[in-house]
Parts: sequence; C-alpha cells; structure tokens
Amino acid sequence: MNRRYSWFNITSLTLGFAFLYIPMIILVIYSFNASKLVTVWAGFSTRWYGELFQNEAFLDAAWVTLKVGLASSTLATVLGTMAAYVMVRSGRFMGRTLFSGMIYAPLVMPEVITGLSLLLLFISIGLDRGVLTIILAHTTFSMCYVSVVVSSRLASFDQSLEEAALDLGCTPFDAFRSVTLPIITPAVLSGWLLAFTLSLDDLVIASFTSGPSATTLPIKIFSAVRLGVSPEINALSTILISIVTFGVISASLISKRAIARQRREEQEALQV
Amino acid sequence: MAFDSGSAAFAPWEDPGQKPLISFKSVTKRFGNFTAIDNLTLDIFEKEFFALLGPSGCGKTTLMRMLAGFEAPSEGTIMLDGQDIGPIPPNKRAVNMMFQSYALFPHLSVADNIAFGLKRSDMPKSEIAGRVEEMLSLVQLSQFASRRPHQISGGQRQRVALARSLAKAPKLLLLDEPLGALDKKLRQETQFELMDIQEKTGTTFVIVTHDQEEAMTVASRIAVVNHGKLVQVAPPDRIYEAPNSIYVADFIGDVNIIKGLAKPESDNRYAIQWCENHAPIIGTSQHAFASDDICHFAIRPEKVSITRDRPTDRTNTMQGKVLEIAYLGNISTYHVELPTGQVIKAQQANNRRISRRSFTWHDSVWLSFTDTAGVLLSQ
Repeated sequence: MNRRYSWFNITSLTLGFAFLYIPMIILVIYSFNASKLVTVWAGFSTRWYGELFQNEAFLDAAWVTLKVGLASSTLATVLGTMAAYVMVRSGRFMGRTLFSGMIYAPLVMPEVITGLSLLLLFISIGLDRGVLTIILAHTTFSMCYVSVVVSSRLASFDQSLEEAALDLGCTPFDAFRSVTLPIITPAVLSGWLLAFTLSLDDLVIASFTSGPSATTLPIKIFSAVRLGVSPEINALSTILISIVTFGVISASLISKRAIARQRREEQEALQV
Repeated sequence: MAFDSGSAAFAPWEDPGQKPLISFKSVTKRFGNFTAIDNLTLDIFEKEFFALLGPSGCGKTTLMRMLAGFEAPSEGTIMLDGQDIGPIPPNKRAVNMMFQSYALFPHLSVADNIAFGLKRSDMPKSEIAGRVEEMLSLVQLSQFASRRPHQISGGQRQRVALARSLAKAPKLLLLDEPLGALDKKLRQETQFELMDIQEKTGTTFVIVTHDQEEAMTVASRIAVVNHGKLVQVAPPDRIYEAPNSIYVADFIGDVNIIKGLAKPESDNRYAIQWCENHAPIIGTSQHAFASDDICHFAIRPEKVSITRDRPTDRTNTMQGKVLEIAYLGNISTYHVELPTGQVIKAQQANNRRISRRSFTWHDSVWLSFTDTAGVLLSQ
C-alpha cells in the first residue's frame, strides 16, 4: 500500500499542483489583505469585497457579462444541438465532410481573426456595438463547442429509439422533443455550461465587438490592471473562481451520482 | 399431396375469394447500385403469423422496414387493407413494429413506455390507464409497471416491447428478430407465448428471422427469401416436406441430395439413375420430368432407416459403412459412406440406452427408405 505514496509520487504531485494553483492561491489570499498595497500583507480583512459591491462600474460589467453569458450560451446550445443533429442524422451526402469541417473550424481559428471579422461584419451592416453584438459574437464561436459535445453523444445514440417513436405515432419533431432530447439532455447541459464558461472568460472577441455602452468583466479587469493591480480586482477574481469551482464540482457530482444510480439499478435488475 | 388437403384449418391463402391484408405488387427496392428487393409480389392475409426467413442481407429486413414506412419502394406498390401505403409516413400507419433492440425509451417507466403510443392516438385520456393495465397483464408484467427499462431483465424488456407495440391494436404487427437476444430456453418459452398472444389479440404478425426453427414453430406461413426474391412461400410442413428447390431443402433443416437422371416409370413414379453399378432409386414426384432429365433426389435424414440386415419391405436399399456418429441425446445422426464415396445422413431416435446402441464406427449397415420418402427437384 505504501508503494503508492513513494517520495517520487508525492513530489510530482506537489510540483504539478503547485504549478497549477499557486498563482490562484496567492490571488485569493491577497483578496483578504487589509492593505491597499497589493504586495504588502497588513492583516485579514474583507473590506475590498465591501468596496467591490460599491463600485458601479464593476457591477455594471458583471451584469453585462452575466446577460451575455446566459443569452449567448442558450443561443449557442440551440444552434449547436441543431447542427450536431443534422450532421449525425442526415447520413452521407455530397460535401458532408466539408460541412462538418466548417462547423468545427472556429475551434482552431485564432480568436483575433474571429473577432476582427465579426467587427467588420457589424460595421458593414451598421449594427451599433453593444450587448447585442457581444451576444452574437459569443454565440458564433461557442456553438461549435456545443455541437462537438452533442454530436459525440448523438453518435452513440440508438437510432431505433427515434424510429420507435415515429412508429408509435410521433411526428419527427415530436420524436425529437419527447425521446431524443430527454436522452441527450446531459450532453446538451454540459454543452451549455461549456459555452457559458467560454463566454464568461472571453476577452479577445469581446474587446472587438463591445462598444462604449457595454463592457464585460474581463475587459474591465484587463483595463483596470493596466493602471496597476488593485485589491478590488483580487476580490472580484476570487468571486469568479468560486463561481466556476462551484459550477464544475456540482456538475461533476451530478453526473457521477447519475452514473452510480444507473449502475446500482442495473445490478438490481440482474438479480431479479 | 396428402398434407395440403386440410381445408378446415386456417388457410386463407388457398381461398381465391379472400382479400389480402397486405399485398406487395412488383416491389423493387434499390440502394444505389444494390438491389435489395427484386420485383417481389406477395399477399399476406389477416390473422396470419407470417415469417420472412432468410440469411442476413437477403432483403427480409428491408421488406419489413417498407411495411413500417422507414423505407419507400423504388418501384411497385404496397397495399395495406386496400390502400396504397407508399405516401403515408410511419406515424400515420396502422402498423406497429417491435424492434430487434427493443428500442425501449430509457427515460420512461414500463407503463409510460406502453402508454407512449396511446397518448399520441385519439384514445381519450381516461381510457389510457386501463389499456396500459390490460397490456401489462397480457405480458404478465403488472408488478413492474413503475420500473425503468434498465431495472428489468432481458426477457422482461422483450415483453415490454411487445406490449408497447400491441397497445395501439395495430392491424399489423412487425417483429424484427424479436427473440434474437434471448437465451435458447427462454426463446422457446417465448415462442409459445408469442403464438398465444397472437391468437388472443387476433393481430396479423409478420416476423423477420434467420432462425429456421423459430419460423417453423411460430408461423402459419413462411416465405424463404434470398437475394431479394421469394424462393418459396408455404406453410412450415410444406416448406419442410415439399421444398421447391435445393436451396429451400438445404436452408430448412438437414437433407441428403443425390443427383441423377430421371427415368419415368408410371404416373408420377420415377427411377433415378444415380450410380452406374447400383440399382436406381425409386421415387415419386408431383412435377413431371422427361426421360434423362437431370434431377436431384432430396431426402431428410430422419426418413432414412438404418439397420444391420437388409430390410425386405423397403423399395430402396443401399449398403454402407458408418463414418461418423453425432449423438444429440434424443436422436443420433449417422454419417454412412456408400461404396461410391457418397455420404448419406440417417437419423434414428435413441429409444434405448446408449450401452445397448446397435451400431458403432466402421460397422457395415443397410440404409433404406420408401418410394414416397423423398422429393425430386430440378434445381
């Protein structure tokens, strides 16, 4: 048993985790610093959290980010699921490889180019930059992530389930709604979460497509840091880290429990 | 022949006045360059238990999927109850299907699976629960109503799938290899259950299978399909006793085929010259053969007797040596090599204990059969 905790193992583990988490731990610790100077420790305090919630500019940016995240991830989930469904279900047709390649291309496209091309598009159609343009831009780049997640689930989906639904009187849309969708819901949800996270931390595309009327949190943080790191930013980042951590842990717990329950029920079925 | 005269039995296909429930009229189905169904014409009657039997890739599943509405014929028409069902989508057809994988909805309980089709029919909401209850008791699963499909055993899933496809009382039920996933013992029990349910509900069943024993057990008629064509359509006993070709004789059960030249004797009696220095086989045939036509004499192993001494009361006798014995418990199959090198299979019921068995390897034995035991086939 002791072999599993040899010195080599412990050292590698410590180094790896230290590399990953020391920056964040420092950030979290300094967010509770009483001093105004970021690098000088002057005792524990939550005063920067209080001040953060007094800061109108940050609160506005947070609100914009949340709105953009919810709207764009929802739109991206709808579009991405539709794209995945068509690509997996339509079988072979002329140019299928080209089409699926085109759906996945934004995954590897440099963000600067995506941002720039969207900016050019919005200018040429005369759309004022603001919340709407950021939502559209985020939908564009995150829908391909959703479609990757959903199409991998659909590929392992037994198509006779849909045929059975049609056979029992469903229209194709009803079959999708009442059979396919409930079964692929976990994949759709994780696609949505992925899109939401991507939208939450995007800086490059948002800075191309945002206007004076709307600034997202990453843009706000980035521009504030250029004038020097303030303890308020540390507090804000700590809040963001907790939100993301909470989301990831609860999502993995939910799916782990679902798998464990299904295992247990299948065991019971075998004993019947 | 003697065995097709049972007119009192269920045989609507022999009554020219009967209207078929389903008729395929010169149906062809192509997938690209591949012809899955080749100009096929077939009538299936109400209350039949009809089996489509053939090797995998013969087109039997395509036939079924065309009935369900998942494939459309490339040419020809399919009529259901006098109506061309070509343009009707699967959800509007009075046809239900039981899938090979059962295709139970994993997110719904057993009862909700059965109610799924009813909720989409014009049945009033108040009657649905009663109908679900009725179907559950038909397949003896009432105490499992609230379980999910993955919480019940394979045999129970099979019965849920059957109940779900029967719930809407379809005119026609399609069963795609319904028992393929069950073990042998359960499969045999379920075959009888299927027949029982078919009789109780009076539904027309069309079953697709590659298991000839299953088709023989359950079906009122069997269509042997090969390369997208019907080879023979007949009740199980006729398929077995009077196959119309070597393909059918060989596909269904075990058979000895002896090739020879036909020499007509009288009426439908023929002498088959199969070996230069051996007496010809005497057989009968419904089909006429001209003198010196090439013919194939097909005889089932269980119709060939095996004895130590030459029997005096049989028309055909031949001597040989026991080459192999396959002991199956209830019966034994003997492979007997004739002096010509040909091997003939003979089957005998083991009605004595094995220690008292009369023949063993390399014994010299006599094979014999009557003149009506086999059939003459041209190809």
